[in-house]
Amino acid sequence: MSAVATRGRVDSPPERPRRTGGRRFRISENVAGYLFLSPWLVGLFVIVIGPMIASLYLSFTEYNPLTTPTWIGLDNYVRLFSDDPRYIASLKVTLVYVVVSVPLQLAFALFLAMVLDKGLRGLSFYRSVYYLPSLLGSSVAIAILWRRVFSGDGLVNSFLGVFGVEGRSWISEPATAVYTLVALSVWTFGAPMVIFLAGLRQIPDMYYEAAAVDGAGRVRRFFAITVPLLTPVIFFNLILQMIGAFQAFTPAFVVSDGTGGPVDSTLFYTLYLYQEGFASFRMGYASAMAWVLFVVIALFTALNFAGSKYWVFYGDER
Amino acid sequence: MTATTRTRRLAKHAALVAFGLLLLYPLIWMLSSSFKPTELIFSDSSLWPREFTLSNYTDGWNALRIPFSTFFWNSFVVAIGSIVGNLVACSLAAYAFARLNFTLRRMWFAIMLATIMLPQHVVLIPQYILFSELNWIDTFLPLVVPKFLATDAFFIFLMVQFIRTLPRELDDAAKIDGCGWWGIYWRVIMPLTMPALATTAIFTFIWTWNDFLSPLIYLSTPENYTVPLALRAFMDAEGESSWGPLFAMSILSLGPIFGFFLAAQKYLVRGVATTGLK
Repeated sequence: MSAVATRGRVDSPPERPRRTGGRRFRISENVAGYLFLSPWLVGLFVIVIGPMIASLYLSFTEYNPLTTPTWIGLDNYVRLFSDDPRYIASLKVTLVYVVVSVPLQLAFALFLAMVLDKGLRGLSFYRSVYYLPSLLGSSVAIAILWRRVFSGDGLVNSFLGVFGVEGRSWISEPATAVYTLVALSVWTFGAPMVIFLAGLRQIPDMYYEAAAVDGAGRVRRFFAITVPLLTPVIFFNLILQMIGAFQAFTPAFVVSDGTGGPVDSTLFYTLYLYQEGFASFRMGYASAMAWVLFVVIALFTALNFAGSKYWVFYGDER
Repeated sequence: MTATTRTRRLAKHAALVAFGLLLLYPLIWMLSSSFKPTELIFSDSSLWPREFTLSNYTDGWNALRIPFSTFFWNSFVVAIGSIVGNLVACSLAAYAFARLNFTLRRMWFAIMLATIMLPQHVVLIPQYILFSELNWIDTFLPLVVPKFLATDAFFIFLMVQFIRTLPRELDDAAKIDGCGWWGIYWRVIMPLTMPALATTAIFTFIWTWNDFLSPLIYLSTPENYTVPLALRAFMDAEGESSWGPLFAMSILSLGPIFGFFLAAQKYLVRGVATTGLK
């Protein structure tokens, strides 16, 4: 308010000397920058970088909270890949989950974004409704519900029964358990859908009009205009969902009572890490797992970036 | 409008409604089941309960040794603390990144972006050791204090993107009027950043309300459980026998998220569209 009042007299002469010669202490922009940044800087070093270094060190040790760490070199890493079938199982389950759920979820998201893009009144209502599962998907309540939906006498089977199809207990059979979690991930397609919608809005209508004049049909327009121009958004979603999928935890934990069963078929990477680190307190070993996960995610991301130059098209390229 | 476009339009609406119902069917089913006597949940398949009862809610509320009010209170305390922490710490950092010129700014900004990508699990174990050295295990401090140190870097990025769209002339005008750095931040930038702050508050609420891993690691006595931990303990204790009360408590646990969703859709959808939050 006072700011507005003084602004009115901004060029009245008597004001000027008072301000420039003001006795008020002004700190430099540099110091101010670091002051504003200080909470984040403290967090960065104490909560992020410090623990990262510590966990790298711990990964070369044998350690539980009651003892001091003993240096064992690469033993943890060697054991992971040569002497721990559960670890290999968890790695496989997680890869299957990532490779199946991410493309499926994105395909759903893209398809519905196309449907909900324009041409109908009330589309924003549908967008909101379809988005809702994304907010709920990681909660324990939904995981509990999922157990019921896919159990032997659950919703899915009574639905299949209508068509005379004999269902099974999807959750308690090793062959299908992980796919119930894939279904849960697909159910939360709303978040990438909203990002796709924002991307679709960036595509100028004139491209479609020109293509229509040239006689391009719907399918042709989709593959010749929408997909190429949307590739940066598809790429963004792919990276985001992939990193998220590698770290999925809650649904697998709740659906399997924290065991990763049946027969380790839902033993997600993070779940096994939790079991080793916080149930068996093998914290050195769990730290090694964490670092392998970090490297795997970084590798996948790097591979995606490397591959992206073959299929991602940025509008400003020549 | 011709008759055929109208029928096509109607058909499209019908398909969209049908798909929406299919999508939400499990939720609707859980809601309706929470009002049925447990023995009828799996035999009475109609969505409208033939026998309507509230006993699932009263039973569920007191099914554990501690009433659910305690768990809801705990969850709210953690969520509110996290919201305040994120709003304060992330906005301070975002203002610095978006508006101030300081040495190594680009480097810090790149590091900040990199931490967004960092899997939580890499730092989980040393953080646990750190907080247990501080004697913070079984308190809310490990869940809330990191927020005051802006560890949810996603929100810094969100606010930086937003602040960059504000005209710099406003800062200059405030400077001429005698505002210092703090004055510009507090009187100019913050009021104009309200939409981004709202998005941050809402997503922080939803994330902390749903969060399961951190409370699972840090909270051990049932008096300190948040709602997700309590639901899980409930499921373990009662097993398959009391789905009615379990569903009732699950519905209640989703209530606040649903409320936020209804109240703040536009912030949610905008936040997702600009940064890819989930």
